[in-house]
Amino acid sequence: MDKTFIQIENLYKSFNHMPVLNGVNLNINKGESIVIIGQSGCGKSVLLKHLIRLMEPDDGKVFIEGMNLSLLYGEQLVATRRRFGMLFQSAALFDSLTVAENVGLGLKESRRFEQSEIERVVAEKLEMVGLSGSAEKYPAELSGGMRKRVGLARAIANNPEVLLYDEPTTGLDPITSDIINDLIVDLNTKLKVTSVAVTHDMTSAFKIANRIVMLYEGKIEIDGTPEEIKNTDNEVVRQFITGRAHGPIQVR
Amino acid sequence: MEYGVQSIGRRGVNFINRTGGLFILFGKFIVSLKDIPRSMGLIFEQFYIIGVKSLPLIIIISIFVGAVTAWQAAYQFKFIGAPLRYLGHMVGKAVIMELSPVLSALVFAGRVGAGIAAEVGTMKVTEQIDALDSMGINPIRYLVMPRVLACLFMVPILVLFSDFIAIMGGLVISVLGVDISTETFMSGFRDSFKLADFRNGLIKALVFGLIIGLVGCYEGFKTSEGAVGVGRSTTTSVVISCVLVLVFNFIFAIILFRL
Ligand SMILES: Nc1ncnc2c1ncn2[C@@H]1O[C@H](COP(=O)(O)OP(=O)(O)OP(=O)(O)O)[C@@H](O)[C@H]1O
Ligand SMILES: [Mg+2]
Repeated sequence: MDKTFIQIENLYKSFNHMPVLNGVNLNINKGESIVIIGQSGCGKSVLLKHLIRLMEPDDGKVFIEGMNLSLLYGEQLVATRRRFGMLFQSAALFDSLTVAENVGLGLKESRRFEQSEIERVVAEKLEMVGLSGSAEKYPAELSGGMRKRVGLARAIANNPEVLLYDEPTTGLDPITSDIINDLIVDLNTKLKVTSVAVTHDMTSAFKIANRIVMLYEGKIEIDGTPEEIKNTDNEVVRQFITGRAHGPIQVR
Repeated sequence: MEYGVQSIGRRGVNFINRTGGLFILFGKFIVSLKDIPRSMGLIFEQFYIIGVKSLPLIIIISIFVGAVTAWQAAYQFKFIGAPLRYLGHMVGKAVIMELSPVLSALVFAGRVGAGIAAEVGTMKVTEQIDALDSMGINPIRYLVMPRVLACLFMVPILVLFSDFIAIMGGLVISVLGVDISTETFMSGFRDSFKLADFRNGLIKALVFGLIIGLVGCYEGFKTSEGAVGVGRSTTTSVVISCVLVLVFNFIFAIILFRL
């Protein structure tokens, strides 16, 4: 259970000389459900993208089961990425494809499944996110929250070992949010999927996490169980989770 | 404010980056050709979108290109007193060697090159390309290869149509407006027709297609900064492909059509 799956070592990343990640160290264990919190613009999405090398670090390394991600090429990189599913903050649906095609694309392009099998999986995943009726629609015809859920269905389509969720509940009403939270918890507890979620939504964070870390000024400010986070006397963390405008965090 | 030298320096660096980037993309395109068999669906889709849908526009411009070539040639022939039986010769040569490949390519750059840059650029800024990568789908195979292949094949085919239609346009104007007979025009054309010219026109078209496809994809991939960036990439792709088409056309003129 406690085997390290993803190891982030001294990660640095800046954009146009503006440091975003400033030495991030984090180990993510197999089967864990970890939530990354932090202020808007602090680099949560950037951190998530480094985990499947959608971005290259300026310095530092990411290891997946001990393999340095930066050294993987071609088929190896593809094989590693297929072990992950990612829900993008913007959903990032392919707008030339229908909802069903979006969800099934990864399976289709992996060439390991029959068409009928793909159709079955697509129907099943859409059912899980409550969108069975929208299979033939195009992303432009969906609401923001529906797109998010299609993105989630797409992320889980190939039954990945790790799921990276970038703000899974943003833009959803409280009831749908809770359905999605349940889904994330189920995937984690029943299917043993390791999950890494980024969120601002503290209700969701406390519901899905067995561990919460906060990213602040490019580093991990705190790392603990939800209980520890709730009871911390770290002022930065307290200001964030209670949502106060005044405190040590300066809003730029 | 930037100083002159800095600005020149920056442009120089941009030029080198872009040239290098285009070569790298070309290399990746070549490597991705091994996946042609599994990507047939995507390729035919692009053949249709890129080729078939460009046909009406190419037909219209070709009619007028042929017509104006015949008219202007006749005007010059009358001015210098050259016999009008050479009109077919003149129109045929001009169309097949230069006008049809170059003008088709420029129009194609405006229609298709811009479209590719805008589509790929939008996919870039909306993270759809990241999404492909995250699913283990190589964007070069999935997006670039089908589009560049379609340009590569479709520009020569469109030029073939354009050759034929422009000559027909020239013929019609010659018969109706200049008052020479169809036989006179066609015999002038036939006597001067060289297969090599025709072939060279198609070779040029092939290279123009490659340039337009690659530049469109390259600019699309480089897009950043949202809608403004997509607009910028679209414009840049058209400007760069048009300039490259004309530069390469000149190089071809020197290599293929020796004085
Ligand atoms: N591709 C990029 N180019 C330039 N700057 C970028 C890029 N991606 C992110 N940034 C910058 O990095 C910083 C962190 O961005 P990121 O998207 O990770 O924030 P975030 O923590 O996910 O915020 P939010 O909660 O609002 O989504 C921002 O200041 C952003 O401007
Ligand atoms: Mg984000």
